[in-house]
Amino acid sequence: MIDKMINLTIDGDPLQVPAGTTVLKAAEKLGINIPRLCYHPNLSIEGACRVCVTQVKGFNHFLTACSQEVWEGMEVQTNSPEIRQARRDIVELLLDNHPRDCQTCERDGNCELQKQAYRLGVRERIFNGERKRFPVEDSGQSVIRTPEKCILCGRCVRVCSEVQGVSNLSQHGRGFHTVVGPANLSNMDDSVCIQCGQCVAVCPTAAFLEKDHTERVWEALAMPRDVKHVVVQVAPAIRATIGEAFGLPMGTPVTGKLVTALRRMGFDEVFDTNYSADLTIIEEATEFLSRVQKGENLPLLTSCSPGWVNFLEKFYPEMIKHTSSCKSPMQMLSTLIKTYYAEKKGLDPKDVYVVGIMPCVAKKFEAGRPEQAMEDGMPYTDAVLTTRELAWMIKSYGIDFVNLPDGEFDRPLGISSGAADIFGATGGVMEAALRTAAVKLTGDELGPLVFEEVRGVTGLKETTLRINGMDINIAVSNGLTNAKHILEAVKHGDKQYHLIEIMACPGGCIMGGGQPYPPLDHDPLDPETARIRAKALYDIDAKKQLRRSHENPAIEHLYAEFLGEPNGEKAHKLLHTHYEARMPRGIR
Amino acid sequence: MEVDFGPLAKAGSIMGSGGMIVLSEEDCMVDISKFYLTFTQEESCGKCTPCREGTTRMLEILEKVTSGKGEMSDLDRLERLAKLCQQTSLCGLGRAAPNPILSSLKHFREEYVEHIVDKKCAAKKCVALIKYEISADTCIGCTVCAPNCPTECTTGTRKEVHVIDQDRCVKCGQCFEVCRFDAVERV
Ligand code: SF4
Ligand code: SF4
Ligand code: SF4
Ligand code: SF4
Ligand code: SF4
Ligand code: SF4
Ligand code: FES
Repeated sequence: MIDKMINLTIDGDPLQVPAGTTVLKAAEKLGINIPRLCYHPNLSIEGACRVCVTQVKGFNHFLTACSQEVWEGMEVQTNSPEIRQARRDIVELLLDNHPRDCQTCERDGNCELQKQAYRLGVRERIFNGERKRFPVEDSGQSVIRTPEKCILCGRCVRVCSEVQGVSNLSQHGRGFHTVVGPANLSNMDDSVCIQCGQCVAVCPTAAFLEKDHTERVWEALAMPRDVKHVVVQVAPAIRATIGEAFGLPMGTPVTGKLVTALRRMGFDEVFDTNYSADLTIIEEATEFLSRVQKGENLPLLTSCSPGWVNFLEKFYPEMIKHTSSCKSPMQMLSTLIKTYYAEKKGLDPKDVYVVGIMPCVAKKFEAGRPEQAMEDGMPYTDAVLTTRELAWMIKSYGIDFVNLPDGEFDRPLGISSGAADIFGATGGVMEAALRTAAVKLTGDELGPLVFEEVRGVTGLKETTLRINGMDINIAVSNGLTNAKHILEAVKHGDKQYHLIEIMACPGGCIMGGGQPYPPLDHDPLDPETARIRAKALYDIDAKKQLRRSHENPAIEHLYAEFLGEPNGEKAHKLLHTHYEARMPRGIR
Repeated sequence: MEVDFGPLAKAGSIMGSGGMIVLSEEDCMVDISKFYLTFTQEESCGKCTPCREGTTRMLEILEKVTSGKGEMSDLDRLERLAKLCQQTSLCGLGRAAPNPILSSLKHFREEYVEHIVDKKCAAKKCVALIKYEISADTCIGCTVCAPNCPTECTTGTRKEVHVIDQDRCVKCGQCFEVCRFDAVERV
């Protein structure tokens, strides 16, 4: 069907756009960016901020470009003096009810409110008055809420319900006293929040942030070496994204510079979460093949995304038996550091401090899970820094990241295959598992390496692969609304899958809640950003010698020297965990 | 004026639910605007910026003017906010909220100016701009006012003129109500 075309003029320039186009999109065709705050291309239209107002001939009031569709003969003005003043005044009204805090704010320099205020020329306050007062809610382990910095754009509310299917957030109260938060404005950890941090990613201001772990890491780094042995591990997705925080083009892989920066900062050992990603594949593939052989508890659901694990426990406890008992790669590596590595080095695990550099906000919560702690209650992971937090620490230290020479991860917990690198993108865990499963099922050491079917950043992919005469039905989902579709189909017996990869964040960890905020001319969650970041990971993989997890010699050595058999007793004790239904307080 | 949609709109009003409120010289237009805005400010759902923030700021300005602290520039700010709220709010509530302000500024601007420049409310509705005094000519010293005063600032002895201590008077109007000789004056 050919779209009906509509003729209109914008600022006097005629143009033709398909029916149904909004004024905002039409203006973009002319290269005009209409200011916006509540609008987000991946979310439903809210029409709340009113910053995008335009003047349309025949109307006394102004029309919002984000929500107004074009009509034949429409005449739009985007930049008249009246419109300029209205937009300026609207942004000033937001600022007047906002702490004057920019200099001490985490979002300074990367705040959309700041950007619009500058762009629209708010140079003085003419409407100043009382402002709302709310306490900071920072008792949660992953996500903290600062309602005074909220401009009520509703993006977090929409991402949480539309993309994540969690619907934890809503507007409470009314009028001037409106505030956004979970039901009863409870602590985030007590709510249905799954700690994914997507609200942090889409918030235009600092109203949602990850819980700060930088201070404790500075403290650990400042301790004498013989008191604390500080070890860091870096998740797969970081190497493809942290460069952005230093002005490098999106999708620039910076593995080597990252390692050097961490050494400069004073970490005693720089390990790679990739190592334990390979280990995860061995454990998970073994688990998978044994379930296939026994024909029980299929499909197997992956468990490396703690956001998804939280979702499982809070929304789909009936799926627990389907979910792999593997800890996440971060937790596997931290466990090995405080057991295997500490033993080898002759260190008391108490003196070892483990820091994870993660794309993820949920990993902060995961690190504190009591069932994943050591016997004396000590956590295996002592601090989790998001990509953003680490980037800030590197800047704060004064390290010239862009010009650093390349370094290499320490051995042996820094050796990895390309299969591990792609863990950071949606479909990556599946592909890594398939590479190994294909070899194990066929006995052919040269099995397929690339599984195009599971690549790409779409939210939901499913396919059937024929391996060794067996049909394997697989599904890959990112964004938990998509996971819901699959889980419902499984629950109702509509679909017979064997293996399902679920990542909480839309696009996978490359778009995790802890990743660098995009430059101010990009939208957070932009699928194009996901595509570029994912490509960086696939490129790293393609250049590696080792491409399959089970080919990683360091892993083979680990089993021989320490763990014994995959899924064996010791592996189970150290590398696996268990889940339980966790109803939010009040629902139990 | 004809009561129909067109003429009402021209005068800066709306038909609404069809009700009509008759006001007189004894009403203060600034106070009336404040009264209606208090209602819409409370009713604002809070979704859109101009209504949520704008009604609050306009109310603050009106409170400033009715309490005698207004400046002439406040009128420009008020008008600017009122137009913004009318032109850019999401729904009818926000768009209609500033109507009383805009039409009273248009037709009764001098009342606003009087509040700001002379610090006077001709209709004697704005509490901050009035005071209660006991007329020495009319007061017969009946003593009724004194026990009715909540702050005990109306004093005097029997058959003598009573006086109000202005510093302690909270302008409740009790003495005004109870005096049977109209000796208490609102000025
Ligand atoms: S959220 Fe933005 S505008 Fe608000 S204090 Fe922080 S940087 Fe400034
Ligand atoms: S962290 Fe995720 S689940 Fe929790 S409120 Fe934010 S978007 Fe919703
Ligand atoms: S918390 Fe952030 S995203 Fe949510 S409504 Fe407030 S400003 Fe918008
Ligand atoms: S998808 Fe990645 S970043 Fe998001 S919650 Fe899962 S592990 Fe964390
Ligand atoms: S104009 Fe309507 S939508 Fe906007 S805040 Fe007021 S009542 Fe809510
Ligand atoms: S107005 Fe009230 S407070 Fe003032 S003198 Fe009269 S009774 Fe007392
Ligand atoms: S961007 Fe259009 S109303 Fe907020």
